[in-house]
Amino acid sequence: MSDHEYTPKSKVGKWFNDRLPLLTLANHLTDYPTPKNLNYWWTFGGILTFCLITQIVTGLVLAMHYIAHADMAFQSVEHIMRDVNYGWLIRYIHANGASMFFLAVYIHIFRSLFYGSYKSPREIIWIIGIIIYLLMMAAAFLGYVLPWGQMSFWGATVITNLFSAIPLVGEGIVTWLWGGYSVDNPTLTRFFTLHYLIPFLILGLVVLHIWALHVPGNNNPIGIDIKKPSKDTVPFHPYIVIKDGFALLMFMIVFAFFVFYTPNILGHADNYIEANPLVTPAHIVPEWYLLPFYAILRSVPDKLLGVIAMLSAILILAALPWLDTSKIRSAVFRPLYKQFYWILVADVLILGYVGAMPAEGLYLLIARIATAYYFLHFLVVLPILGFKERTTPVPLSITEPILGGSPNLAAVKKKDGFRNQ
Amino acid sequence: MEKKTKRRDFLFTATYAVGAVGVGAVVWPMIDQMNPDASVKALASTEVDVSAVDPGKTITVLWRGKPVFIRRRTQEEIAEAKSVKLEELKHPEKDEDRAKNPEWLVMLGVCTHLGCVPLDQKGDYNGWFCPCHGSHYDISGRIRKGPAPTNMEIPEYKFVDANTIKIG
Repeated sequence: MSDHEYTPKSKVGKWFNDRLPLLTLANHLTDYPTPKNLNYWWTFGGILTFCLITQIVTGLVLAMHYIAHADMAFQSVEHIMRDVNYGWLIRYIHANGASMFFLAVYIHIFRSLFYGSYKSPREIIWIIGIIIYLLMMAAAFLGYVLPWGQMSFWGATVITNLFSAIPLVGEGIVTWLWGGYSVDNPTLTRFFTLHYLIPFLILGLVVLHIWALHVPGNNNPIGIDIKKPSKDTVPFHPYIVIKDGFALLMFMIVFAFFVFYTPNILGHADNYIEANPLVTPAHIVPEWYLLPFYAILRSVPDKLLGVIAMLSAILILAALPWLDTSKIRSAVFRPLYKQFYWILVADVLILGYVGAMPAEGLYLLIARIATAYYFLHFLVVLPILGFKERTTPVPLSITEPILGGSPNLAAVKKKDGFRNQ
Repeated sequence: MEKKTKRRDFLFTATYAVGAVGVGAVVWPMIDQMNPDASVKALASTEVDVSAVDPGKTITVLWRGKPVFIRRRTQEEIAEAKSVKLEELKHPEKDEDRAKNPEWLVMLGVCTHLGCVPLDQKGDYNGWFCPCHGSHYDISGRIRKGPAPTNMEIPEYKFVDANTIKIG
């Protein structure tokens, strides 16, 4: 935080700030110099903060009416839907809010991948982000169990059984997680507790995520280090606040569309049948946001290796700052990486699609190829690309191409040879 | 000087050791409280009356919150189960070892892949088929095809009399 010295104007303010510098913090957040070329892909950090707060607030309200007991959970959710004033609204916001949260986080992650935001000096921001993402998946899974429908029960059974793949201690761990010999009431009550806890862990990590961000400052679409504050920056308030606010409004329109017009489209009809330990639904699928990883799990014919592959697919992201050997951050100046980036996007979408389909025949074959490519991208393509790729010239500052006389970055780059770096 | 440092090292090591034991003593109850409690363990056995089960039929009973399949097998099914060569099996087990009384197959109706309940009389081997991830089991509950690593588990059980099975 390279702020100028800040002194509150009022006497009371000064007295308070000398004892707890909250006003200095507020001043830092207001004046925080931000690259002036940030595009709308940079608004998802703010949108995600909104999503987290929405989930916490609606979750608190739901917890006032929900009963975490195997015999009553299902009925209590129906009670929320039918009897509690605006219960339907609050529950639909919470349920669809989870999907919106993941939608935003995937855009946020893929923005980082495109503009190289995970590279030095932002590795710690990135790794905290991956931990947040893992906790989000845990919270989403635990929350999905609480209504105690058929998908809740069997989803919980399948996911907890993943731990049984661990040699020797696996069965013991699963029994420990369940608190019994199958998913049952003890499992439900502990899942409720953990589901309640995790959002607050995420909130703490979000603070660290933003703190770590404010050390080097934001990356930007051309991915260069900029001087702060300078002609390349604008203060966070009002410029970014307004831009983030506008993007948030657009996002809320999409959110509201799901809540009010198709509140169940992202869920599964089987979850409106109460949990039955004797009958497994014919086709178990996780929520859409976990499908790519589910496809990876199923594409490996061995139980333990399947679980390892699925976990590696997530954890490999944490190693990304070191797997990507290119010094150039933004894909704008990396003609080859840009293509591989879009192939990766397509690959993940394909994995998501086959994850929703039965694991047989052509679907299984596609899932296997897509899984192999996913790992190939991170373990082979990215490390080699950094050495082989001929990047295009990067401007020295954000302002330079514009003051150079042309708003067309590509034209300016071609004209000037000296900017090669 | 040398002597003083040694005395301090001892104090540090002793403090860490006692501290570690103390932390362990506090952490273990916090972990173990999640294991099955006394009331769960108390429900660990079940008696089932099987007199109404006809040959070729399966009943499902709940034991420890899990389904148990009790199948009264026909003579053809027994012959088929016994005819399978052990080399063909992913998890080689003789049918005799799985069904002490060959007419009755008593096993946990839980797929050994990720814990779904397989469907009766389905799949490529006329046994069970798990709809979750496509594991096929034969009429002895042995894994034949698909991702499940082992045969379906045989619980501890005994015939209390001709018509009653005690599981657990």
